[in-house]
Amino acid sequence: MEKMDKPLTKNIRPDRPFATLADYESTGGYQGLRKAIAELQPKDVQQWVKDADLRGRGGAGFGTGLKWSLVPMDNISQTRYLVANADEMEPGTFKDRMLLEQDPHQLIEGMIIAAYAIQAHMAYIFLRGEYHLAKLRLENALLEARSKGYLGEHVLNSDFNLDIVLHTSAGRYICGEETALLNALEGKRATPRAKPPFPLVSGLWGKPTVVNNVETLCNVPHILHYGVEWYQGLARGVDKGTKLFGASGRVKNPGLWELPMGTPIREIIEQHAGGMRDGYKLRGFLPGGASTDFLLPEHLDVVMDYEAVAKAGSRMGTGTLIVLDDKTCPVQMVLNLEQFFAQESCGWCTPCRDGLPWTVTLMKDIIAGKGRMEDLDTLAGLTRMLGPGNTFCALAPGAMEPLQSALKYFRADFERYITANNTIKEPV
Amino acid sequence: MARIEIDGQTYDVLDGSNLLSACLSLGLDLPYFCWHPALGSAGACRQCAVIQYKNAEDKCGRLVMACMTPVADAMRISIVAEQARQFRNDNIELLMTNHPHDCPVCEEGGECHLQDMTVMTGHTFRRYRGQKRTHNNQNLGPFINHEMNRCIACYRCVRFYDDYAGGNDLQVLGVHNNVYFGRFEDGTLESEFSGNLVEVCPTGVFTDKTFSAHYARKWDLQTAPSVCAHCGLGCNTAPGERYGELRRVINRYNGEVNGYFLCDRGRFGYDFVNSPERLRKPLLNDYSDITVNAAENHLRQLLEADKPAIGIGSPRASLEANFALRMLVGEENFFLGLEDTEHTLLNTIVELMRNGGIHSPSLQEVEQADAVLILGEDVTHSAPRLALSLRQAARNAAFDMARTLHILPWQDAAVRALENQAQSPVFIASICATRLDDVAANTYRGSAEDIARLGFAIAHCLDGSAPAPIDLGDTEQALASAIADSLKQAKRPLIVSGTSCASLAVIQAAYNVARALPSTDKQLTFTVPECNSLGLAIMGGRRLQQAFERVGNGLAESVIILENDLYRRAPVQNVDLFLETAADVVVLDSLKNKTTEQADLLLPAATFAESEGTWVNNEGRAQRYFPVYPATEPVRGSWKWLTEVMDDPQWQHHNALTAACASAFPDLAAIVNSAPGPDYTVKGSKIPRQPHRYSGRTAMHADIKVSEPGQPLDPETPFAFSMEGNTAQVPPALLPVIWAPGWNSNQAINKFQQETGGHLRDGDAGVRLFEAAGTLEWFGDIPQSFKPEPGRWRIMPLPHIFGSEELSLQSPSIAERLPAFCVLLNPLDAEALEADSGDQVEISDLAGDSILKVPVQIEKTLPCGLLGITAGLPAFPFMKTWAQVILKKIKQEGRL
Repeated sequence: MEKMDKPLTKNIRPDRPFATLADYESTGGYQGLRKAIAELQPKDVQQWVKDADLRGRGGAGFGTGLKWSLVPMDNISQTRYLVANADEMEPGTFKDRMLLEQDPHQLIEGMIIAAYAIQAHMAYIFLRGEYHLAKLRLENALLEARSKGYLGEHVLNSDFNLDIVLHTSAGRYICGEETALLNALEGKRATPRAKPPFPLVSGLWGKPTVVNNVETLCNVPHILHYGVEWYQGLARGVDKGTKLFGASGRVKNPGLWELPMGTPIREIIEQHAGGMRDGYKLRGFLPGGASTDFLLPEHLDVVMDYEAVAKAGSRMGTGTLIVLDDKTCPVQMVLNLEQFFAQESCGWCTPCRDGLPWTVTLMKDIIAGKGRMEDLDTLAGLTRMLGPGNTFCALAPGAMEPLQSALKYFRADFERYITANNTIKEPV
Repeated sequence: MARIEIDGQTYDVLDGSNLLSACLSLGLDLPYFCWHPALGSAGACRQCAVIQYKNAEDKCGRLVMACMTPVADAMRISIVAEQARQFRNDNIELLMTNHPHDCPVCEEGGECHLQDMTVMTGHTFRRYRGQKRTHNNQNLGPFINHEMNRCIACYRCVRFYDDYAGGNDLQVLGVHNNVYFGRFEDGTLESEFSGNLVEVCPTGVFTDKTFSAHYARKWDLQTAPSVCAHCGLGCNTAPGERYGELRRVINRYNGEVNGYFLCDRGRFGYDFVNSPERLRKPLLNDYSDITVNAAENHLRQLLEADKPAIGIGSPRASLEANFALRMLVGEENFFLGLEDTEHTLLNTIVELMRNGGIHSPSLQEVEQADAVLILGEDVTHSAPRLALSLRQAARNAAFDMARTLHILPWQDAAVRALENQAQSPVFIASICATRLDDVAANTYRGSAEDIARLGFAIAHCLDGSAPAPIDLGDTEQALASAIADSLKQAKRPLIVSGTSCASLAVIQAAYNVARALPSTDKQLTFTVPECNSLGLAIMGGRRLQQAFERVGNGLAESVIILENDLYRRAPVQNVDLFLETAADVVVLDSLKNKTTEQADLLLPAATFAESEGTWVNNEGRAQRYFPVYPATEPVRGSWKWLTEVMDDPQWQHHNALTAACASAFPDLAAIVNSAPGPDYTVKGSKIPRQPHRYSGRTAMHADIKVSEPGQPLDPETPFAFSMEGNTAQVPPALLPVIWAPGWNSNQAINKFQQETGGHLRDGDAGVRLFEAAGTLEWFGDIPQSFKPEPGRWRIMPLPHIFGSEELSLQSPSIAERLPAFCVLLNPLDAEALEADSGDQVEISDLAGDSILKVPVQIEKTLPCGLLGITAGLPAFPFMKTWAQVILKKIKQEGRL
C-alpha cells in the first residue's frame, strides 16, 4: 500500500512509460472491483461513493454518488449507459491525459465499478482524437481487461456483463460538454442538448446515461478498495479526496501534481511549480483552465476547494492553473483564449455563435490601436449578454469568465491600447 | 389550464405548453426565430427571452427563454421588463452583425419575419464595425433560391427539411459563425416538400425561384382564399396575382387539412395559369376566332338539335360546373369522364365512406394515428401532403414515451432522441419502393393482387369471420399476422389505400382490415387522383365508355366536354373514333391539349385562379375556392359559359348553382356551408382581396388609359377586387392575406389561431359532407396471386409527384423536374431480355403491334412481370392499366 496519499498517481513513475496490467494489479489494482462485485449491491456502491463525497472532476463539481443514485433503476431490463468523458480539450488542462496514458487500467476499473453501480452493460470512453498515445494504451488495456475476465460476459464470474468501447473524437472542444458528447457519439453534430431531460433520464440513444470525467472515475476504485473513511481523510479542506492540480505559464517547474483537496494555491505555485521564473512576477492566474475568472496574487492563499475558489470570484474548474506573468499582456492572452472559444463555438445559439466573434473583432481592433473607449463597454456588455442562463450551454459563459475578470483587474491594459493608439509597442 | 401572471395581468394558458407558445396564443407580441409550432422548440436563437420571477417578492427575476420554459400554475413572468427587452435587442444586434443590408433588393422584404422581429425589439443602430462573413450560394434546382449571407442560423430549415419531412440532402455544414445550411454540393433539392423552406425560413435565405421570375412585393399581390388543384387532398392555398398574372402560391393555414405545409407540386404547379398554351378566346376547329355571341349561339343550337347532346364532366372541374353541364344536357346525358377502372374505384370509395361506418380522417387526424397500414400507395407521389402527415404519425410512440419520461411534446430534440426506441408502426404494402419506406416498420412488395391478398389476410387475422385468401404463402401469412397483431394493439389505427393500384380488390381489402380492427377510434382514408374526383363521384353519372357507345350507336351527335382531356382517360383509338363520329364537339378548357385539338368549338375556361367553385377532397370535405383576379374577357368560368346559354335568370349566379347542386344531391347538401355567399359583408363591405398597402392602383393601367378604371365588380363571392373594406372582423378562414400589425410575414397566423398551431378562430375552412354510418358486409372477392407469364408484362402505371398531374405539367418549373422517360423492370426480367438500365425496349401489344420504344430502368423492388410506367406522363400514350404487353430489346447500332 505505497503512496497512499496519492492514490491516483501512485502507479505513475518516471522509471517506466506506463503501468501495465501487472503493475496495476501489484498495487491493489482491481481489488476495488472485486470487492464491489463480490460483496456489494449496486445501490451499496452508489452509497459508498456518495458517502465518500466524491465530486465530479470535470469542472462542475456535481456529486458523483448523487448523480448515480438518480439513474432510474426500477426497470432491470432497461438499457443504461456509462460514458467516460475523456475529451480533455480545455486550454491549459492536461490532467486526464496523464491518467489515460500512464495508468489506463485505473480508468477501466473505475468504469467497471461505476457501470456495476448503475447496472450499465455497455460503456464508452469518449477520447479526444489527438490523444494518440492514450488511444493505443487504452486499446491495449481493454484487451487485457477482457482477457482477464474484468470485462465481457460474467465479470469476475459474476452475473454482471459489461463491455467498454473506445471512441476517439473527431475533435471539437464542445464534445467535452456532456450532451454534445452524446450527440457526437451518436454520430450527430456535436451540439449540446437542451436540459431537461438530463442524460440520466434520456441520454445516449435516449437511454439513461451517466457521463463522468476520467479523473472522477479514477477515484472510484480507491474508494471501494480503501474505504470511505480513508478517502475522506485524504483532504485538507472541505472537499474530499485528492485531485490533480497543475500549473502552466512562466513558472520554474510547470507540471501536474496529485495533492489533497483544499491545498492552498500559493503552495501549488510556489512550492510545487517552484515559483515564478527569474525576472517574472506573478500578475494573476486562471485557477482552473481557460474558462475560469482571473484571480490575483492577493488570492494566493485561497485553497483549492470548490466553494473557496468560488468565493474568491472564480471557479476551481479543472484545477489546472494558467499563470499570467507581468511581461505577458493580459489583453493578448485573453484574445488568444477568445479566439479559441469563438472558433470552438458549435454555432447553435446566437449569443455564443455571433457574440464571440464580435468579442474577438473588438479585441483585435483594440490591440491594433483602432479601439474606442466605448468598446470596453461593449465588451463588458457582451460578457453579460453571453453570461450564464443566456446561452444554450456553458461554453460562452465560460469564455466570458477570463474576459470579464480581465476587464475588472486589467482594465488599464485595455485602456492603454486605446489611449496610446498605435504608439504602443507590441508586448513580448 | 394553468393560471399565470404576465406583466401583472392574469391569464389562463394551456397546461404543458411552453411560455412562448402561451404568450403568442394570448395574442401577445414576443419575438422568436427558431421555434415553430409544427417543429417545436429548439432553444437556439435565444430571442424569446422573458423574465421569470420566483414569487411576488422577487423583483429581479431571472432571464429565461420562453420557448424552453414550461408554463406552470402561479408562474409570474414579464415580457416588458427592461432586462428582457434589452437582451432581446442585444440578441438581434448579434444576429445582425452578419446580416446584409439588402432588404430593398431582398425578395423576403415586406414579409420578412426577421424584419418584423427587428422592428419589434427596437434594434436600430449598428455598433459592429467588423467584416461580415460571407458564403457562396448554391443552385438548388428550379424551385428554390439560396442566399446564404442572409442566414441567421435559426436551424429551422434543417429541422423542417430533415427532421420533419425526412429529407437528407440539406444539412448544416461548418461550425461557429460559419455554419452553412445547404447541400454537400450544388444540386436540386430532393425532398418533395422543399418549397416549404420558403415559408419556414424567417428571412430571405430560401426564396421561391418561380416567384423571382415575375416578382412582386407581398403587399402588391392580390389574393383570395384558394384550394390546391393538383391532387385530391385539397390543401388550402393563397395564390397571389399582379398585372393579370398569377405570381405565386403560398400556404394558407387550415388546422384540419394542410396546417403549415404544402407539397412542391401544389406550390410550384400554379404557372400553368400563365402558360402560352392558355386558351384566351372562343375558337373554331381551324383555330379561327368566333365571337362570344356566335359561340353561345353555336352552343344553343347544338342543344336544340333533335338528338340530345351529351355532356362529359370532369374530376378537375368544380361541382358547380359539372352540375351546370348536367342540368344543361340532362341527367340521362351526363357522363363522368373518368377512366373506366377509376370510375369503379371512386364509386366504391364513396360507398365505403358513406356506409362503411369508418371515420375518414382529415390530415390533422392522420397525424394522430398510432399505427398505419398503407395498402397499395406510394403516398408521396399520389397524395404528397398526406405522406408528410403519415411521417408525423410515425412519431406518436415517441411522444407517448416522452410523456412517461416527463418530456414535453415541444421539446423537439428530446422527443426525437426517443425515436429509435419508440416508433409507431407504419406498414407499407406497395408495388415497389416508396418514399416513406424510411419510417416503415415493415414493407411488402407485390402486384395489386398480392397486396390485396395481404390485406385480406390481415383482416382475417384480426377477425376470423373475415374471408381469408387461399394458398397464401408462409411469408405473407407471417407478415399478415404480425401486422394484425400490431394494428390490434393500436388505439388509433389508420388504414390508407387509394386508386393508385387501379385495383378494386386492394380497396376492398383495405375496408376489410379497417372493419376488422377492434379499436373504436379507427380511421380509413383513400387517396384520389384529382381535386374533385370525390365530388364528381358523389354526384355520380354514367361511364365514359357509355358516352362512346351513345355516339357510336348514333344516339347522340353533339358532345360537350368540360375541362377534360379524354386522351388521358381512354385509349387513343377509342377517343379518336368518338370525337370523329360526333358531329359537333364543344370543349371547355383552359389549356390546349389533345382533346381541344379535336374540338369544333372551343370555349376558353377560367382556371382555379380566375373563377370560383367547390371541390370535395378525399376526406369528404367540401371547400370553396375564389377567383384571385377576374378572368380577362372572353375567358369565363366554365359554369358561366354553361349557364349563360340556359337563358334563365335564376342561373345567373354561382351561389344559385351551388344551392341547386346541394339540394339535388343529399350527400352534397352541406356544400352551401363551405363558404359564405356573395351577400356576405363585414360592416357593410366586401372582403378586400388587395392588402391595404397595395400600390399603384391609380397608375397601373395608365399606359392604357390615364383615368383610373373602376374596380371590377365581383357579384359571385364575398370578396372585392379592391383595397377597400374592413378585414378586422373577417373570420380567419376567409382572410385572403394573413397580416397583423407588426407581423408582415406568414407568421402573423399566430394572431388568427385558437392557440398556436391549432384551429383557426371561428373554424377552419371547408365543411365535412357526411360521417360514415352503418357497416358493410365483408368483401370476399379475393383475387388469385399474380403469376407472371413468361414473355409478357403487365402495364403498371406508378404515380409521380411531378409527372402524373395534368395541369402542373404545364408549369415550367415542374416540367424541369419530370421523371425520366423510361419503363421500370425487375432485374430478373431485365436479365431475361438481356437489357441493362438505359437500353431501349420496344413495347408491343399481344397482337405484336408496336406501341412505343422506351429506355429501361432497372428497379429491384418492382415485382417480376410488371412493367412500371409513370402514370399520366405525356410521353406515354394512354395504356390501359393491367394491359398485357410484349417487350423486346432493341439492338442499338455500335453496340455489341
